[in-house]
Amino acid sequence: MAKKRTVRTIHQERTPVRELDPLIRNRNFEEVNCGYTELEAIRESERCLFCPDPKCIAGCPVSINIPDFIQKIGEKDYRGAYNIITATNLLPAVCGRVCPQENQCEGVCTVGENLVPVAIGRMERFIGDLAITNGWVNKPYIQPTKSANGSSFKIGIVGSGPSGMACAADMAKAGCDVTVFEAFHEAGGVLRYGIPDFRLPNTVVDAEIEKLKELGVKFECNVLVGRLFTIEAMIEELGFHAVFIGTGAGYPTMLGIPGDSLNGVLSANELLTRCNLMRARDFPNVDTPLPLGKHVVVVGAGNTAMDALRVSKRLGAETVACVYRRSKAECPARAEEVHHAEQEGIEFHWLSNPIEIIDDGEGSVHAIRCIRMELGAPDDSGRRRPVPIPGSEFEIETDEVVYAIGTNANPIIGQTSKLKLNKRGYIETDKNLMTSLAGVFAGGDIVTGAATVIEAMGAGRKAARGMKAYLGIRDVGPLRVDGSLFGIDAREHNFTRVRAMV
Amino acid sequence: MILSLPFWSKETDMSTPAASAYQPFEILAREDYSPVTYMLEVHHPQMARAAQPGQFVIVMSHATGERVPLTIADFDREKGTITLVIQAVGKTTMEMQQTCQVGTVLHGMAGPMGIPSHLSGAKKVICVGGGLGVAPVYPQARAWKESGAYVIGVLGFRSNDLVFWEDKFRAICDELIICTDDGSAGIHGFVTDGIKQAMEQHSDIKEVVAIGPPVMMKASANATRAAGIKTMVSLNPIMVDGTGMCGGCRVKVGETVKFACVDGPDFDGHQVDFDDLIIRLKRYKEEERVATERWTASCRMNEPSLATA
Repeated sequence: MAKKRTVRTIHQERTPVRELDPLIRNRNFEEVNCGYTELEAIRESERCLFCPDPKCIAGCPVSINIPDFIQKIGEKDYRGAYNIITATNLLPAVCGRVCPQENQCEGVCTVGENLVPVAIGRMERFIGDLAITNGWVNKPYIQPTKSANGSSFKIGIVGSGPSGMACAADMAKAGCDVTVFEAFHEAGGVLRYGIPDFRLPNTVVDAEIEKLKELGVKFECNVLVGRLFTIEAMIEELGFHAVFIGTGAGYPTMLGIPGDSLNGVLSANELLTRCNLMRARDFPNVDTPLPLGKHVVVVGAGNTAMDALRVSKRLGAETVACVYRRSKAECPARAEEVHHAEQEGIEFHWLSNPIEIIDDGEGSVHAIRCIRMELGAPDDSGRRRPVPIPGSEFEIETDEVVYAIGTNANPIIGQTSKLKLNKRGYIETDKNLMTSLAGVFAGGDIVTGAATVIEAMGAGRKAARGMKAYLGIRDVGPLRVDGSLFGIDAREHNFTRVRAMV
Repeated sequence: MILSLPFWSKETDMSTPAASAYQPFEILAREDYSPVTYMLEVHHPQMARAAQPGQFVIVMSHATGERVPLTIADFDREKGTITLVIQAVGKTTMEMQQTCQVGTVLHGMAGPMGIPSHLSGAKKVICVGGGLGVAPVYPQARAWKESGAYVIGVLGFRSNDLVFWEDKFRAICDELIICTDDGSAGIHGFVTDGIKQAMEQHSDIKEVVAIGPPVMMKASANATRAAGIKTMVSLNPIMVDGTGMCGGCRVKVGETVKFACVDGPDFDGHQVDFDDLIIRLKRYKEEERVATERWTASCRMNEPSLATA
């Protein structure tokens, strides 16, 4: 670098990204955010100060070497940038789109102390998309790891969502024979059924899964682990040396108010699964139907709620409203999603709590009755607790109510194995993410409760480290060496061969 | 690190199935029981080993198809097959009636799903099947018989020409009562008449299992309520995934809300809110009508006699 950059010398404004016109895009499922062009990415890269003690790396759940990859963008060495990102993050095209960067890397960015922080997520996506377009795959030299009887280590991954994919990638790179089991007919987990196309196109998910297959990972769909065979059987009968469980927290919560079971009340998971996985928006050209509400109310204000709101609008609802018991400041969704939803004509009823769903007399929804809230003293989560204002009830006429108020642990693994669970049904693990069964690891939402894609991926990678230690596979960890592939020093070819002496 | 037990040193690799002559989800046998009822035997050795009475599968017949929950009517661990009995009532089941021939494959079949039926130690039971429910109650009746119980079968059909599996039931039931709506076979009446007849003849019935249309299960549960006989029913609400993820199949059982796919599908019939279930089953009535009409129209278009006309 010629001259040291300072907050004063860099571009003061964050490079804007092109977005589809809100009033056109809210009628289609095309991706809203068009992503940076090359020139835009380079311009934004010039805003990075290359701090000596980069806080952004610490802010990233998988510790991407952010300044280094930004520097590569500045040098137009995009393949180099890709290599740096993929040293720790398998899915840059996904994470660049769906990470809540404002709470992670961008939230701690030094530039952000004075200006709008560096758009790290957008640059990450630029590199991820470029890799897909150009078919870049970092395929390291992998020497198959051998177990004591001379065959490869067999690893079973339960669930093909973000945590399972991350764990699968790391174990494949360590030379193991990895099979991912998915209960649905298509792989991808929440990336497939949950996040809609306008935020994360299915083609991106396909491309990232293809990369895993290049690493030798096998995917088996239509396999409901627990019921088709148990976790115990995987270890004891099916010959898996280690298993990772990433089944997520998909069991939707209902509000528990009168009218919950009326027709027209559904979980966000059901709406999104029908629309995304089953492509019900093309009904009757596909067979799965999706009832279209004219006036849709979505309860909750997390990312899933934003997806449900925006999907409903795109499906042709005349009005779409969000009901949330706290205020906008407390809403857990990514800032960009709320902003996009507002642009697209979604109404927001902040500080409103549903108390009853009213019947139309034939078992369907007619209206939702809410009560206004005000913020009281902070609760356990540190957020101010919403308190109802007496006498402030009001009704919103609606024919479809979508609950996006959180999810619980999926019960199937708990029902079918002896794994130790906590009181709420989540799997208990030690600090290496090993469960109460030797060789069985778990991570992601099924351990922590609902969280983000990147946190689940971080957990998958952490479990992979634990798994390698358990199996006696040497783990070099992510090296910050130029030219390292997937965290593996390219010069070291025997990285998988150092095993415990028995 | 020293690992004390090198468990992988054993030759335990049994996950690779023996080379099979069949493709995954291939249909190995088919039988038509009536103009609308057909039976498929689907190749899935792993599932045939795991399946238990009371469980179900989710079937997708093709890539743009629906995920349809179907109760496992039987399983054959030796042949490695899962038996499904299907009634052509809507677009998907009508289409499957045409396309699912021996040698064709399903796009996908996942399962076995749901909690297996619980076999209590009851010594005398009634197994009630109504219409298509006759099929899924069969493995339960067989399991009761194998556990040493005295099994009374009560099967209800609309008429004699819709009767199926009478022989299979005779082979495992100590008594079999056939009921038809029009009296063309067995006793003239509904399954509730059969249940009453059995209860009159046997004072020591400990449990009833009833599977069939919701109205029939509701009536069966009501028939045993006064006598306080435990009555289990297998619920069939609308589902998408079958893995506890969408909540579409939620049912009211007593004071609680349960998901039929992972908390059931068997529930205490005296606790189930059947009226709620029946309303919820009508959720997609209009969409079902559109899809069925469209399908029927496209079939007419494809008939050669019309295409050439």
